[in-house]
Amino acid sequence: MLVLDRVGKVYPNGVHALSGVSAEVALGEIVAVIGGSGCGKSTLLRAVAGLDPASEGAVLLDGERISAPHEKIGIIFQEPRLLPWLKVADNVGFGLHDRPKDERAQRVAAALKRVGLADKAQVWPRELSGGQAQRASIARALVPRPEVLLLDEPFSALDAFTRGDLQDHLLDLWADAKPTLIVVTHDVEEAIVLADRVMVMRPRPGHIFEEIGVDLPRPRDRQSAAFDFVKRRLLSALDRSLNRAGAEPGEEQKAAAGAALWW
Amino acid sequence: MTIVAEGTPANEPAGANRWTRLTRPALGLVLPVTLAAAWEIIVRMGWSTGRLVPPPSVVFTTFVDLARTGDLQRDTLVTLGRVAAGFGFGVVAATIVGAAAGYSPLVRRLLDPTLQALRAIPSIAWVPLFVLWLGIFEASKITLIAVGVFFPVYLGLMGAIQSVDRKLVEVGRAFRLSDTEMVYRILLPAVLPAYIISLRSGLGLGWMFVVAAEFLGASEGLGYLLIDGQQLGKPAEIVAAIVAFAIIGKVTDWLIALAAAPFLRWEDVVRHD
Repeated sequence: MLVLDRVGKVYPNGVHALSGVSAEVALGEIVAVIGGSGCGKSTLLRAVAGLDPASEGAVLLDGERISAPHEKIGIIFQEPRLLPWLKVADNVGFGLHDRPKDERAQRVAAALKRVGLADKAQVWPRELSGGQAQRASIARALVPRPEVLLLDEPFSALDAFTRGDLQDHLLDLWADAKPTLIVVTHDVEEAIVLADRVMVMRPRPGHIFEEIGVDLPRPRDRQSAAFDFVKRRLLSALDRSLNRAGAEPGEEQKAAAGAALWW
Repeated sequence: MTIVAEGTPANEPAGANRWTRLTRPALGLVLPVTLAAAWEIIVRMGWSTGRLVPPPSVVFTTFVDLARTGDLQRDTLVTLGRVAAGFGFGVVAATIVGAAAGYSPLVRRLLDPTLQALRAIPSIAWVPLFVLWLGIFEASKITLIAVGVFFPVYLGLMGAIQSVDRKLVEVGRAFRLSDTEMVYRILLPAVLPAYIISLRSGLGLGWMFVVAAEFLGASEGLGYLLIDGQQLGKPAEIVAAIVAFAIIGKVTDWLIALAAAPFLRWEDVVRHD
C-alpha cells in the first residue's frame, strides 16, 4: 500500500509546486495522474520516487517513509535514459549488479525476451529505435521486480502507433507481477487505457482537483462508446481544472446523468 | 590524427567503404608528395642550389647518416624520455586537480580562478624562473613540459565532469548507487571520451614544449639537433629533426587513440582518419 499523506513541495527558490496531496494506492492498482503543464504532476512523481523528497507531509510505502530512492520503487522516465556505454543487456541488468552473474544473465535474458528485444541484447543503445529504447528502459525498471513502478510521461516522445503498442505492452507486462503503477501523462486516452483511476491535478500550488474512476473491462477498446464517455468526463474535468469557459458545473451533471444510462 | 563524427556509412556497400578507406588518406598525401617531388626536380635541374631548403633526397640521406652514427636514436630517446616524464607528471596532477574541481564546486571556486590566471601566462615565460629554481638540467625541462600538458588535461577533465548528463546521473540515483559506484559506473565512462581527447591535446602541447625546453642549454635531444643544425648551418639536419618530431608525435598520439579505442566503441560514430 502506497500512502500519500498531505504531500507538499516547496523548492529552495520559493516555488510552491505541490500542496496537500493525499491518496491511497493499493498494491497492483494502476493510477494515472493528469493535468496541464506546471500542475505539479512530475513533482509529485519525483517525490514518490524519492528523487526530490517531499518538503511537507510524507510518502509511505508499506508504512516506510520514502525520503530517498527505494529498492521497491522503480521509475521510467520520459526519455529512455539508457547508458550509452553499456550494451542493451547490461543496461537492462543495471539494477542487478549485486546479484550473482548467472542469475543476472538469466533474468536479463527473460526480461529482454518479454519486451521483444532478445535479438538486441548485444547491440549499443544508439542502434535502437525510440520505441525499442523505451522498451529496454521498461525492462530495466521491471527486472529488479519493483512493488511500485512510476512512469513519467513514458510514451510522450513516441509516435502515435508506437505509443499505442507500448501502452498495450505495458499492461501485458504489468499482468506478470501486478506491481502498482503510477503513470503521469498529459494524454487523456493514455490515462483511460491504462488506469483504474485518474487523478486530475490543478496548479498553483499543485493539488488533486478531481478523481475519476475508470470502471471499464480490460482489454479496453479505444473505440467503444463507454471509453468515449469516460474520455468526455475526463476532458470536462480537465477543462474545469484549467478554469476554461464552456465547462459549467451543469454540463458535468448532464454527463453524470448520462453515466446512469450507461451502467 | 583527428576524430571525425559523420553520418554512419552503414548503408554504403562494403566495397565502396573499403575504397574510401584506402583513398581518403591517400588524398591527403597528394599535396605534400607533389610539392616534395617538384622541389626535388627543381634542385636536380639546377634551377636552385637547395642549400637553404634541402631537397627530400638530401634530407633522407642526412636522416640515414644520423641513424647510422646512432645520434638520431640517442636524441630521439632522450626527447621521448623527457616528454614521457613531463606528460606523466602533468597528466597525474591535472587528473587529480581536474577531477576534484569538476566534482566539487567548492574546490572549483577555490582553485579554478588561480589556475585560469596561471593558464593565461605563456608557458615559455616560466622558463627563466624554472631554470633559476631547478637548474638547467632535466628537472626544469620536465617541469616545463608538465606545465604545458597540465592545462588542456585539467580543463578537459573538469569540463567533462561538469557536463555529464544530469539525467544519467539520476538513473544512477534511482538505482541507489553509492558515491563510489556513481563514479565508476556513471561518471567515469561518461567522462572518458572527452578525457582521451584532452590527453591527446596535452600530448601535442608536450611535444611543443619539449622543443622549447631543449632550445635552452640541452646537449642532446631532437631539439638540440635543431639548434645544432642552425649553428653549424646544416638545414638538412634541421629538417631531419623536424621529420623525426612529426613521426614520433604522430605515433605517440596514435598509441593513445589505439589504447583508448576499446573503451570508446560505444560512441556514436568514431572514425580515425
